[in-house]
Amino acid sequence: MTATLAANGVPRLARGVRLRHDEARGQWVLLAPERVLNPDPVAVEILKKVDGARSIDAIVDELATTFTVERQTVASDVDVFLAGLAEKGLIEVTSPLVGDAAS
Amino acid sequence: MSLVEEPRSRVEVPARPAPPIPYGMLAELTHRCPLQCPYCSNPVELDRRNVELDTETWLRVFSEAAKLGVLQVHLSGGEPTARRDLEQMIRHCVEVGLYTNLITAGVGVTAERLRAISDAGIDHVQLSFQGATAEVTDKVSNFRGAHERKLAVAREVRRLGLPLTINSVVHRANIHQIPDFIELALALDARRIEIAHSQYYGWALRNRGALMPTREQVFWALDVVEQARVRLKGVLTIDAVVPDYYAKYPKPCMNGWGRQSLNVTPSGKVLPCHAAETIPSLDFWNVREHSLPDVWLNSPAFNAFRGTDWMPDLCRSCERKEIDWGGCRCQAMAIAGDAAATDPACHLSPLHADLLALAEADAEGTDIYDYRRYFQPDRAS
Repeated sequence: MTATLAANGVPRLARGVRLRHDEARGQWVLLAPERVLNPDPVAVEILKKVDGARSIDAIVDELATTFTVERQTVASDVDVFLAGLAEKGLIEVTSPLVGDAAS
Repeated sequence: MSLVEEPRSRVEVPARPAPPIPYGMLAELTHRCPLQCPYCSNPVELDRRNVELDTETWLRVFSEAAKLGVLQVHLSGGEPTARRDLEQMIRHCVEVGLYTNLITAGVGVTAERLRAISDAGIDHVQLSFQGATAEVTDKVSNFRGAHERKLAVAREVRRLGLPLTINSVVHRANIHQIPDFIELALALDARRIEIAHSQYYGWALRNRGALMPTREQVFWALDVVEQARVRLKGVLTIDAVVPDYYAKYPKPCMNGWGRQSLNVTPSGKVLPCHAAETIPSLDFWNVREHSLPDVWLNSPAFNAFRGTDWMPDLCRSCERKEIDWGGCRCQAMAIAGDAAATDPACHLSPLHADLLALAEADAEGTDIYDYRRYFQPDRAS
């Protein structure tokens, strides 16, 4: 498959998008303008790591370790999921500064 | 680590199915507004400033809403920025985990105020445009210069990085501008636009003869919106509120009475929808005397049309009963004179032909508005 997001890009939820646990219904929800989305358990694990600090690479590493899944598979799932969110404007992916990438 | 809570075993079987949990709450913080739109969704009898809930009560209501399971709060009015404690309310909503949506007319809101609202943590801003051009906006809102001010607010909202929705209510004087509304939303960098056909309750019902479009205009509008939706997929979300006087099926009003949302008026009454007070037989509980969960679960007004048991045979035997939810109770009241009747917008209603005849007659009406206003000078403000 073709990667659509840079692996060293740093994703964060767009302004006006929030992930929270919904106590009343016992589920995680992604809140957006006039939308309440119910991410599945895999999506929730990815979204919890979308914090504007971790790179996509780092997210994949952590998930592959935690769930002992082949890194390639995780990378592909994360890419498809985050690219879909980016297209809907729910996340923004920033590229790290050149200096950061070199260090 | 488990993501899903184990279902708790139930010993008692409830007498009736547990009511659903509401997702959204419309908080009408005030009825004060600089604009006078003739289709305003506020009741004809507007609440005055001296009967508005105080800050403390609103904060309690927001806390109770969060506990009840409400996820999104729509801070509306009137013009919500007329409340000086708006930022305090937003901060509180953020604290208790509520997603906050500001619904503003964008007139009399300075850049400084917007920054304060943004800093307080607002999640999303909805800005109304009464027309796609200054001429139409200023005429419909009866406020000279309104359009220019709205444009400035829209730009400031985007400069602050906040997501923006453009709200447009369409009717005979501006329905031809739908393509221009969409262009305006794109030019203002909005991600979403609401194109809502005027719904005929309260002020809009009074002004129906000046607002009602023709059948041709309505079907043209539906077509334009559908084409734009396809063309702008991924660029602009277009949410439409459809006109029902010319429809075959009624709208699933509020997605069912007392099912997903609730509305708190400036003076603290809790309503299943903003027009519910037009049903005279209902008694609405007030947050001054009851907690929000108590109203949601136990008030007679919320239980009056909840579910499908209240329905007339025509609706109860219909395969669409849990799609349309019987349509709109306020419309049944307004047209059939009975809130428990089948919505006359449904093609199976015995009054359907009458509703269509009303629309066709009103589409030929005069263009003179009975603008929204307080009937007596507001001495309290």
